[in-house]
Amino acid sequence: MRIAITSQGNSLESILDQRFGHCKYFVIVDMQTGAIEIIPNPYSEAEEQAGTLAVKLLSSKNVNKIISGEFGIKVKPLLDSLNIQMIMYKKPNIPIGKVIEMLNHNN
Amino acid sequence: MNISSLFLYRTIAHNMARLKIPRKITNPPIVKGFKPYGPDIDSKKRESIILNFEEYEAFRMCDYDMYNHYQASALMNVSRPTFTRIYASARMKISKAFVEGRQIEFEGGKVYFDSDWYQCNSCGCHFNNPEISISIQNCPLCGSSEVERHTEESLGDMPRNSEDDLCICPECGFTKEHHYGVPCRNEKCPTCNSPLIRKYH
Repeated sequence: MRIAITSQGNSLESILDQRFGHCKYFVIVDMQTGAIEIIPNPYSEAEEQAGTLAVKLLSSKNVNKIISGEFGIKVKPLLDSLNIQMIMYKKPNIPIGKVIEMLNHNN
Repeated sequence: MNISSLFLYRTIAHNMARLKIPRKITNPPIVKGFKPYGPDIDSKKRESIILNFEEYEAFRMCDYDMYNHYQASALMNVSRPTFTRIYASARMKISKAFVEGRQIEFEGGKVYFDSDWYQCNSCGCHFNNPEISISIQNCPLCGSSEVERHTEESLGDMPRNSEDDLCICPECGFTKEHHYGVPCRNEKCPTCNSPLIRKYH
């Protein structure tokens, strides 16, 4: 199970980014091994198609779930067809480390 | 020559097909296909008929759920004439398979699956269920079992947090509050008259 979290910065203290396509970084957590990979989002400054391009990037990383604040109207059907679960978490100023802690409570 | 015929002319002249709108599928088939049986059937020799998911869905809605074409087209998110074409194609394929004794396989089509949305009452997150066959028991984020399925009405008042966003002028830096539902590019900067862009909070 690999979970992507949208982040505003490249550390675990960074805040969860409420946008999906235009977020600054993706934090990919592997739940089996506990490995954490932080990749910069190359489409954060893109004016168009940022969401769809980000979906392509994440699906190439074999992500099963994505945690973000909100997903766009083009991204939702795309993720639906790829069987990737969307989790919208709207509370402001949540650090990435806290989100990962919540995920670990799950197991 | 009116505008629509001009468009048609250009489409033909450029030899480019119109893009298909993705069809919404709510109930994918529970089996992968159908096989005929009988003494003279050697199904390996004959090519099977590929029935697209959208054709299956059209057939199901019209002949199983007894919707009319107009209602079914709205559910599938396509126009009524498009729906009728999909439905006609489905019936043609099914009758061909019946008469010629061929296999039917469900495959492909330009579709997306509409999944159900849930809300966790413990951590307040919203999530969908991509696997229709598995039912949701726990929140995927915090693991709490206090999950609730969204109905059509409750989806309407899901919180949006675009109130803090700004429309900004790329030329002179003029900013104004963004109004939800009004695209920033449709608004002009009062000083330099260039279209505004969105600045997220």
